[in-house]
Amino acid sequence: MHNKSVAELSRELESGQISSVELTQQFLDRIDQEDGKYNSFITVTREQALADARAADEQRAAGNVTPWTGIPFAHKDIFCTNGVRTTCGSKMLEAFTPPYDATVTANFRQAGAVCLGKTNMDEFAMGSSNESSHFGAVTNPWGLSQGEKRVPGGSSGGSAAAVAARLVPAATATDTGGSIRQPAALCGVTGLKPTYGRVSRYGMIAFASSLDQGGTMARTAEDNALMLNVMAGFDPKDSTSLDREVPDYTATLNEPLKGLKIGLPKEYFSDQLSPAMEQQVRNAVKEYEKLGATVKEVSLPNAKLAIAAYYVIAPAEASANLSRFDGVRYGYRCEDPKDLMDLYTRSRAEGFGTEVKRRILVGTYALSAGYFDAYYLKAQKVRRLIQQDFINAFKEVDVLMSPTTPSPAFIQGEKTSDPVTMYLEDVFTIAINLAGIPAMSVPAGFVDGLPVGLQIIGDYFSEARLLNAAHQFQQVTDWHQREPQ
Amino acid sequence: MQWDIVIGLEIHVQLATKTKIFSGSSTAYGAEPNTQANAVDLAMPGTLPVPNEQAFRYAVMFGLAVNADIERRSVFERKNYFYPDLPKGYQTTQLERPIVGPGFVDIELANGESKRVRIHHAHLEEDAGKSLHEDFHGMTGVDLNRAGTPLIEVVTEPDMTSSEEAVAFAKKLHGIVTSLGICDGDMSQGSMRFDVNISLKPKGSETLGTRTETKNLNSFRFMEQAIAHEVERQMDILEDGGSIVQETRLYNGDRDESRSMRTKEEANDYRYFPCPDLLPVEIDESFIEAARANLPELPDARKARFMDQYSLNDYDAGLLSSDSKLAAFFEEAASHAKDAKLVANWIQGEFSARLNAEEKTVADSPITGAQLGNLVVRIADNTISSAGAKKVFEALWSGENDNVDAIIDAKGLKQVSDTGALEAMVDEVLTGMPDQVAQYQNEEDPKKRKKMLGGFMGPLMKASKGQGNPKLFNEILVRKLGG
Repeated sequence: MHNKSVAELSRELESGQISSVELTQQFLDRIDQEDGKYNSFITVTREQALADARAADEQRAAGNVTPWTGIPFAHKDIFCTNGVRTTCGSKMLEAFTPPYDATVTANFRQAGAVCLGKTNMDEFAMGSSNESSHFGAVTNPWGLSQGEKRVPGGSSGGSAAAVAARLVPAATATDTGGSIRQPAALCGVTGLKPTYGRVSRYGMIAFASSLDQGGTMARTAEDNALMLNVMAGFDPKDSTSLDREVPDYTATLNEPLKGLKIGLPKEYFSDQLSPAMEQQVRNAVKEYEKLGATVKEVSLPNAKLAIAAYYVIAPAEASANLSRFDGVRYGYRCEDPKDLMDLYTRSRAEGFGTEVKRRILVGTYALSAGYFDAYYLKAQKVRRLIQQDFINAFKEVDVLMSPTTPSPAFIQGEKTSDPVTMYLEDVFTIAINLAGIPAMSVPAGFVDGLPVGLQIIGDYFSEARLLNAAHQFQQVTDWHQREPQ
Repeated sequence: MQWDIVIGLEIHVQLATKTKIFSGSSTAYGAEPNTQANAVDLAMPGTLPVPNEQAFRYAVMFGLAVNADIERRSVFERKNYFYPDLPKGYQTTQLERPIVGPGFVDIELANGESKRVRIHHAHLEEDAGKSLHEDFHGMTGVDLNRAGTPLIEVVTEPDMTSSEEAVAFAKKLHGIVTSLGICDGDMSQGSMRFDVNISLKPKGSETLGTRTETKNLNSFRFMEQAIAHEVERQMDILEDGGSIVQETRLYNGDRDESRSMRTKEEANDYRYFPCPDLLPVEIDESFIEAARANLPELPDARKARFMDQYSLNDYDAGLLSSDSKLAAFFEEAASHAKDAKLVANWIQGEFSARLNAEEKTVADSPITGAQLGNLVVRIADNTISSAGAKKVFEALWSGENDNVDAIIDAKGLKQVSDTGALEAMVDEVLTGMPDQVAQYQNEEDPKKRKKMLGGFMGPLMKASKGQGNPKLFNEILVRKLGG
């Protein structure tokens, strides 16, 4: 049962072969038995999940059914869940229970889905290895059989590991610079970061507001489409969400790919990429050619500036976004503050981890008087150039393809001492967030027994096309079905 | 040494929207602490601001009323600083691209001259909450009801040269925003708060001196006092050969003293940057034109109309038109009484005196314009004397009775204006006071004679049980005593 996709489970529930309560029980038991190895959950909501499953079974009996009625899944612990602790991977919010739902959370609730718990993540979504979580690192299910504890990627490492380990069939995730696609690639699952503004950010704890985007993670492209059907749409509570019609993303999955024009950005096939990785990606592109696509090389001339621009803009926004965690109204407060300044400084010094503090410092610096023009304004100009690169590329091709990451999952602790090396993990994903366009990571092979991700990048609001391309690929490959031992 | 005083103002105007600028919470004043603060106002994790269209409409109305350019695209920025009453750790405000560009307001001075004060810009922003220092056993409480209330901050050029001009401008601005209905104008509740920038320079000098900013003055009187206080303070320093420190000061109106809050060196680096949670605000022509079409009458136009429609003089018209509630009160009263000048006198006399004595505004007045109008009707038609009118006013004010005629009847204030009856009383009184009559008739100085008339009035009022029309008594006396 745990190997089945959301679409398959949905059909089984519909046929009455299994109830949501039984299904939920099975997945909860699996989490209990297996997650000790991965640490992919921060909070498991057993009682609530079983109650929701009972309610879902009643809804089904009453004939009130969506494709998600009774389907177990998990939320990244960045989405606020009414009445359920929401930590964002931080000591700062270790005891924080929001009295409201994120719009994404409410949408899944409305659709009748059964949330089993909240998945682990890098603290405040800042990280590429899930090692900055206050609740401990997450271990990638791949590599364990060789006795190696590898990172699942980050920041949505808990969601990726949980889906890869078959603890849930699907999980929500968020992506600010690669936080869906990189862990999806490292854990061998399928993930989608939608167009900025496609999915409401309300109740999704902010890291960098102009880059953050909620998205999907599951084993199949079809399940990603089912998730996006629930998540996408205009939200009056989020001024940056876009009021555009939401298509049924499953409706176009089976469109033929004949004539699809694929561009390969030459900057993404550079020396940063190992020959073994490159080979896997090129093999995947060959599959697309077999499906009738044409391939050409394109250029994103400003791609090399993306990491520098990102590490000014994202920390700058984060430095302001995280100011609300001041120990005054909610969240961690230091013991016995002797005055206001002591309350602020110790609550934040004790409540935030190293990487979060590093980014607050960088962002504060970049916005300071005398540096603003040289850093923040310059980075915004670079951002527009990067955006223009993609606009130009999409005049020539329908989608871009590249590796998602320069290398497969690395060993825990390998990069923690050198933040810049860690930042380079996102070298192929970050520009997409700066441009605000959608992109996916799709399992596309293995190197040394570790999964490789193919990144498919599309123009604004082309999620349906990306999902279609990924789904067609998954009809002729089985990389996404491989199970870690 | 002679000094020129240079004054610029920054005015925070709370907009009278029903809900906050970025959340659906009520903005009503006076609720229990933190009962009007939702998840957005508390800056709970993941919450996002949603702009309130009405705040933009009000800002545009303000811009049009002060002859300003409306910026078609304005941008919200984050002003970063930590304070317990600032839940997000930043204030959402406008800096580089405010919604209202340069404009001006003409003020009138006591000498009858008009002066133009330029507006540098006005921007939209959110108010902070309040820190409460009482009742928390040495700790500080935070009330976030006010957090997120929409404000426009109006920034003038340093065009004012005296406290008189600054106060005249402040009152004019108060009249404009209350007439527009975009602010309730209640300064005691902080609906308008003034920051005053003051510097001195040697008379005639072109170079501006170092300025100080005195913050959060919430009455015209305190503003006037604070300016006088600060001018004197700076003058003392400069004349002793010292120099002014650029700083922000707090003025205590009750003690007429001020202290430094922070110097320029201690000022925060606010690290402004465009707020990524809010898109730039695009204001189109039709929005502006709709606001323009719905602009209510403004004080200048109202003053001209009062002079024309009610034949008021410049002074009365200016005073009654400055505040929209006062103007409405006057017009209601004048619609009942024909004698608008008498209405104006009563409003500026008895009515204003009572409001001031009880620290009330027109809005809190226990008597209505209609009641005052009816009172004036009875004065004008000689039903009651001015002394009787004061008694009626008193009864209306205390709520003893709400009907003017009923009060007159109940208190027996109706004057006797029957000339036959009055003449008989005069005859009787004069007969009983032959010495005084002779004294009067021998007196040649008209001033002294006039004064002596008063000696007969007492007995006459007594004879008429206080109900004789004094004006008629006077006429009859003069006639009978022979010029």
